[in-house]
Amino acid sequence: MISFSWLSEFRLADRINAPGLPEQWNEITGYIKITPDNIIKILNPNPEFGQNVMTSLPMIVAEELDADWKQVVVEMGPHDNVKLGPQFTGGSNSTRMYWKPLREAGAAARNMLTQAAAQTWSVPVEEVTTKGGMLYHEKTGKSGTYGDFASQASKLDMPKGAKLKEPKDFKIVRNSKKNVEGLKIVTGKPLFGLDYKHEGMLIAMIEHPPAFGMKLKSFDASQTLKMPGIKDVFSLKMYDDDFELGGFDTRTFNDLLVVVGDNTWDVMNARKKLIVQWEPTAERKEKINNFGRKQDVTIPAGLESSESQYQKMQERAKEPATVLRKDGDPETAFKGAARIIERTYNGPFLAHNCLEPINFFAHVTDEKALLVGPLQAPGWTQPTLAKVLNLPPEKIEIQMTRMGGGFGRRAYGHYLVEAALISRHIKAPVKLIYSREDDMTYGIYRPMYTATYRAALDANKNLIAFHIKGGGLPEHAVHANRFPAGAVDNYLAESWEIPTNITIGAFRAPRSNFAAAAEQSFLDELAEAMDKDPIEFRLELLRRAKDNPVGKNNEYNPDRYAAVLKLVRDKSGWNNSESKKYSRGVAAYFCHNSYAAHVVDMVSRDGQPYVERVFSAIDCGIVVNPDAATNMVQGAVVDGIGNSLYGGLTHKDGVAQQNNFSQYRIIRFHEAPKTIEVHFVQNDIDPTGLGEPPFPPVFGAVANALYKNMGKRFYSQPYHNDIINKKAF
Amino acid sequence: MINLTINQKAYEVDVNPDMPLLWVIRDVIGLVGTKYGCGVAQCGACVVHLNGEAVRSCVTKVKRAQGGKITTIEGLSEKNDHPLQKAWIELDVPQCGYCQSGQLMSAAVLLRENPNPGDEDIDAAMAGNICRCGTYLRIRKAIHLAAEIQRKESNNK
Repeated sequence: MISFSWLSEFRLADRINAPGLPEQWNEITGYIKITPDNIIKILNPNPEFGQNVMTSLPMIVAEELDADWKQVVVEMGPHDNVKLGPQFTGGSNSTRMYWKPLREAGAAARNMLTQAAAQTWSVPVEEVTTKGGMLYHEKTGKSGTYGDFASQASKLDMPKGAKLKEPKDFKIVRNSKKNVEGLKIVTGKPLFGLDYKHEGMLIAMIEHPPAFGMKLKSFDASQTLKMPGIKDVFSLKMYDDDFELGGFDTRTFNDLLVVVGDNTWDVMNARKKLIVQWEPTAERKEKINNFGRKQDVTIPAGLESSESQYQKMQERAKEPATVLRKDGDPETAFKGAARIIERTYNGPFLAHNCLEPINFFAHVTDEKALLVGPLQAPGWTQPTLAKVLNLPPEKIEIQMTRMGGGFGRRAYGHYLVEAALISRHIKAPVKLIYSREDDMTYGIYRPMYTATYRAALDANKNLIAFHIKGGGLPEHAVHANRFPAGAVDNYLAESWEIPTNITIGAFRAPRSNFAAAAEQSFLDELAEAMDKDPIEFRLELLRRAKDNPVGKNNEYNPDRYAAVLKLVRDKSGWNNSESKKYSRGVAAYFCHNSYAAHVVDMVSRDGQPYVERVFSAIDCGIVVNPDAATNMVQGAVVDGIGNSLYGGLTHKDGVAQQNNFSQYRIIRFHEAPKTIEVHFVQNDIDPTGLGEPPFPPVFGAVANALYKNMGKRFYSQPYHNDIINKKAF
Repeated sequence: MINLTINQKAYEVDVNPDMPLLWVIRDVIGLVGTKYGCGVAQCGACVVHLNGEAVRSCVTKVKRAQGGKITTIEGLSEKNDHPLQKAWIELDVPQCGYCQSGQLMSAAVLLRENPNPGDEDIDAAMAGNICRCGTYLRIRKAIHLAAEIQRKESNNK
């Protein structure tokens, strides 16, 4: 029996969009507007890139407002950090940072509505109750809708400290609600930056240098300008040499060669007719002010290749490094060890490959600027725009569209600056569009990483010392205070870094996405060397970290960490007879204040390994919208399988060797598991991160399952390269 | 001038005959449900139906569609009630949502040709559609559900 709720859920949205509806919205707190006929509009403050905040954040408001979810319509909020908070999507922060303020906003509005009703009915405010968007006074039998009192409530002062619900009383939070934009998505409505239109809008594309370490020298646009639909070809400079960059102002190329025309195809075609001279860049210094932390960064000259980068990293790894944490006396422990196990892990640059390529609309005049499109953090780019355009920040309006993926890439707003400068130059509204090739070869990748893990065992196979020495291009991925720090008497974590002119940025669970792969593969190998079950071995270490922790500043909670391992052990039937059909790998990780563990079951088909099913256990505190949260965990698992097996961006003489999906392999249908069973730990802890935490441990679980499947350990991502090249054999 | 029928509406467009159908649909006609993802027939975000067949509009020259019947996501159903659209909503398939119109258009041809597809049929028919968010499992499930809805609806007719 199939029953459909979808029609009823969307009827209200249809009504709202119907022409002629009176727009009498009474604003109650910055987040809530209510019409006289009790339609409740809730603003979503945070950019939506698929983590479903358009639905889950308004659910939090509606919960404390005590609204009827069926009466709620959701609208993307404007960029207004004063009224709507920090407004950034990143670091798995959306729900964490908005949980309290949105509850307070909902509770304050509910309080104002009860005050308004109490005044009208001349009854004590504490006797007024609410339920599902209605107000009641039991003694007199009076009742009314929120809409009846919205106008009056909107004139009241916003109370501070309005009482919040107990988690046990939640009616909306913890109950799955469908994506409020679901119908628009499946019917092809304009939602994304690339879909945005504006009267008189032109299309611009940037021809960027073919290689990292190159820049524009000169160009001849005569043939391009003869092409149909082409308006202009010009170059412009993004930042002056002494410009102080913000922490998210990363950009790869500073001199832009721009082609502007009537439509995308004309511009794409005309670009091919450009005759351009490129020249090598010199070494340069950049001044960066990363939210108050000032640093000078040296960007080296040169055309880098993956092979030489890899060799450089291997050489550097032999040199002394910066000590990040030291417990006990690791040197002596290693000297006295009965056995030392040492393994080195490698990870390539990864491109985010958001399916919607980078784009942004800009209309800049002498007085103001309008920017519309997909980005994760308007507040991080607006100050830069203000400086570059020499306009007061309040004259720069940034509207956030739905994003076709983000994964960290759209935290870097260089493309807003580019679009704005292009619009100012041509004195017209313009949309800047990156082709897929532009997008993939521009940079801002996950860094290239390596790490060597060492463990010392005594004669009884006890773990007596643990050593991580990790490095990267240009950043390392060592989390010195995370597991197994705190669980081993003698512990050393060190790091080193090598500069590069290949730009890097946050990629879903930065650093963790490599650290978890290396550490969790190593722990698996260690457990085997110690004749221990891999889950039991981790639980032993966690018991140690809880009962008698080593050192200070251990970031994780051993109980919550152990709980996800136990949950995944139970749910997956770890070691049961049915599981013997599969090659099983387990891994767990802590990041963004949350805990995730996966058991990956692999099978062979036509001699190739495939992940057939996955069991996941997650502790992210209270789960606001369970089905959507499950969807995101499943997505993180698929993303982890894909990137660990196939992901990688390589270079030759500065040129990216992959520029489209024909060369950069993305996981596809037949490579995705048949089932991913997701289990959340039930507790009343305020929500912690979810978009990122399930992602990193997938890499480790896949490596460990591959070992069981193929009898060899995999140390270098993407693992599939070693399967093809038989390097692992 | 090129004559096109898109979602049962006739259009006459004055464009380069080599312009890919994708950009005619998006930039010239102004229907933006069909997405640009790769431009080289690798990701499936641009799938539309040309005379009933699923084509990658990013590599289909508009002259090939001259006189042909094109259906885009906006024309998949008259009342937003194609079994696939119902199933997608029921199972809350999308994450970012960008690839989903292409997924739906590919799935619609599959479902018409094979009213009861198995997992392997789905994986094979959908192999050209990338979902960067990784909603593949839900899409598979939604296609099965849509098949069920389709059967039920045809029984009720």
